[in-house]
Amino acid sequence: MTSFLLSDGTCDLDQIPCCDPDAFRARVVAACRDGARLVATLVLPIRAQDALLALLARDRASSAEALAMVLPADRRYPSLSAELPQAQAFERELAEMHGLLPVGHPWPKPLRRHADLETPGSSDGHSFFQLGGAGVHEVAVGPVHAGIIEPGHFRFQCYGETVHSLEIQLGYQTRGAEKLLLASPPTRRQIVAESVAGDTSVGHGIAYATAIEKLAGLEVPVQAQATRALALELERMDSHTGDLGALCNDVGYLPGASWYGRLRGDFLNLLVELSGNRFGRGLVTTGGVRLGLPASELAGFATRFENAAADFERIADVIFDAPSVVSRFDGTGALNQTMADELGLVGPVARACGSDRDARRDHPEGIYRRMPVEIALGSTGDVMARAEVRRAEAGHSATLIRSLLADVEIGLAGDPAAPALGRLPPSSLSLAIVEGWRGEIVHVAVTSKTGELTAYKIVDPSFHNWFGLAMAMRGQQISDFPLCNKSFNLSYAGHDL
Amino acid sequence: MKRFFERIHQGHRTLAWPKAPVNLHPRFRGLPTLDVGKCPAGCSACSDACPTDAISTSPRRIDLGKCLFCPVCTQACPTGALAFSNDFRLGANARERLLTDGKSYALAQAMGEKLRRLLGRSLKLRQVSAGGCNACEGELNVTGTVVFDVGRFGVQFVASPRHADGIVVTGPVSRNMESALRDTYAAVPSPKIVIAFGACAISGGPFMGSPDCRNGIPADIPVDLFLPGCPPHPMTFLDGVLRILGRMPKGG
Repeated sequence: MTSFLLSDGTCDLDQIPCCDPDAFRARVVAACRDGARLVATLVLPIRAQDALLALLARDRASSAEALAMVLPADRRYPSLSAELPQAQAFERELAEMHGLLPVGHPWPKPLRRHADLETPGSSDGHSFFQLGGAGVHEVAVGPVHAGIIEPGHFRFQCYGETVHSLEIQLGYQTRGAEKLLLASPPTRRQIVAESVAGDTSVGHGIAYATAIEKLAGLEVPVQAQATRALALELERMDSHTGDLGALCNDVGYLPGASWYGRLRGDFLNLLVELSGNRFGRGLVTTGGVRLGLPASELAGFATRFENAAADFERIADVIFDAPSVVSRFDGTGALNQTMADELGLVGPVARACGSDRDARRDHPEGIYRRMPVEIALGSTGDVMARAEVRRAEAGHSATLIRSLLADVEIGLAGDPAAPALGRLPPSSLSLAIVEGWRGEIVHVAVTSKTGELTAYKIVDPSFHNWFGLAMAMRGQQISDFPLCNKSFNLSYAGHDL
Repeated sequence: MKRFFERIHQGHRTLAWPKAPVNLHPRFRGLPTLDVGKCPAGCSACSDACPTDAISTSPRRIDLGKCLFCPVCTQACPTGALAFSNDFRLGANARERLLTDGKSYALAQAMGEKLRRLLGRSLKLRQVSAGGCNACEGELNVTGTVVFDVGRFGVQFVASPRHADGIVVTGPVSRNMESALRDTYAAVPSPKIVIAFGACAISGGPFMGSPDCRNGIPADIPVDLFLPGCPPHPMTFLDGVLRILGRMPKGG
């Protein structure tokens, strides 16, 4: 059996060949050693048999492929994680959602907290890795944190000030997004997708719309593609601006925190001009966009954008020149490229380690198919590299936005028309990959024999990257955790779904 | 030196509000307006289109506790009877007051004299995200930036419920956060207030009906201020809080 290539992100479910668990494991591991990455896993019936489906992306070839195995009756199968660390979270998720038993998984614990598994006052079902020995102590933080932030539990094993292990227990945010999306009518589905991670409303909104459009074979008008890209790049700029401000705050550099905190609002207000909402909600719909920029507002929009973009660079010049910032960013929470690749990290976190991947270039959709995207790469993998990559990416986003606004042929102005959605084809699968500001967002949509949406999988970039944060904390001072955490700035809700 | 000049360039950015009005961009979707006179007989296009069943037709009412302020209803409306204004003033004291006929809307009133004396000049709040998607959390964070600067009104987010006079809840209250929410509420010394920030905390919002959530703050936790939106604008928070503290200037 060879792997099964998806055609422009779609395939006929019944055409996917299945193999036995041992061959499946060997093939997925071999493909990943050959440069492929695991982007999503699903359990669903293929030719009436329950199967585990793995979707892999090959960035250099801009292709995606499917590998499947028939589930054994006892649902036990040889785990991939020991050989393929990037599979660890996927396998833990499959175990808790579908009762699969990955035999030989190094840490077969639920990925998300389940209230049913806990008895008050104990941590049944949620035992944490513990370090032994005199002088070793444990620090527990969360789920409710000291700031205005989503809930999650962090368990540190420390000797003195040094963190030897950090285990991150999430799941407090589980809202049942995938199940709810499936059970909802189409307009509600778009809204659920946009609420998977609110700070990535545009990214997840586009990913959902793209997954459905691919299934339906729907062509999005160029003007709507441009509007989507404009919103996605604005979202990237506002998030990177906010992150750089928050990083300044965490090292006590208040001018940077104040200025960037304010400037982020300018980008959010540009999203209001485009979409009526500071997070771009309600903009994207299947087939296109609901709103656009009227021609009369284009010039004013461009001026306000240029002012904000210029301020971004001016402030960055000051921050990256401040010794108190540089000395705290440099060398803190470093990962290397080998680790980033083995753990399957994505987004600015991976690029800060030198992993050259960005879905806008590698798996382009819409307007990105004809717009070159510059990729920002770091090498040191520390807080400094993550900050510098964000700075550079915001600059590249500004370039993209300028070309969108200037390209009269693309024409952002005018009335956006979304083509109507017809019936979805039966027994089909589609894979949408969108590079959100945090990294690769993956949505997978599957239809039944009657053309109804029957399975839906969402993989937020945080799903891959939380483990990267845990690894980055090893050997670090516990007091550096807030700084490291902020330099990743991952989504709890996006992970927990 | 560079830093010095940048400081001068950045200038003073804090809003003059509430002394001077804040006008949001006309495209911002705030308080909806409904001109029933324009509604064709028997038309239910807005109500049918609404993804969260926030609109009833007889009588025509919009439930701002469920409304996500998305453009679906106004685009479905055949006559333009339904529209969004850019008015961010949305805070209400009671769940039923979130129902509007699109013409009038009862904004939050000040709390009783005793609470106002206690909290009016210093209100410390603890934020609990209970399934919030980080949009509401983001907007609450922004209230601390130099633009909104909620601290100038004596309002501050604190790190411990023991230091707090109340809680601000975001999210539809996921099952896995319900006990943490109750614990946090119980840990706040009385008298205390509860602010529901965003459609999720009020009604479940986008996650209404999900078996993994509680459709917002459980009924046995009394809410003093409802702030609709998905997410609400930071100005909605400032306006609502100043109203319940009785600190809005006359005519504001």
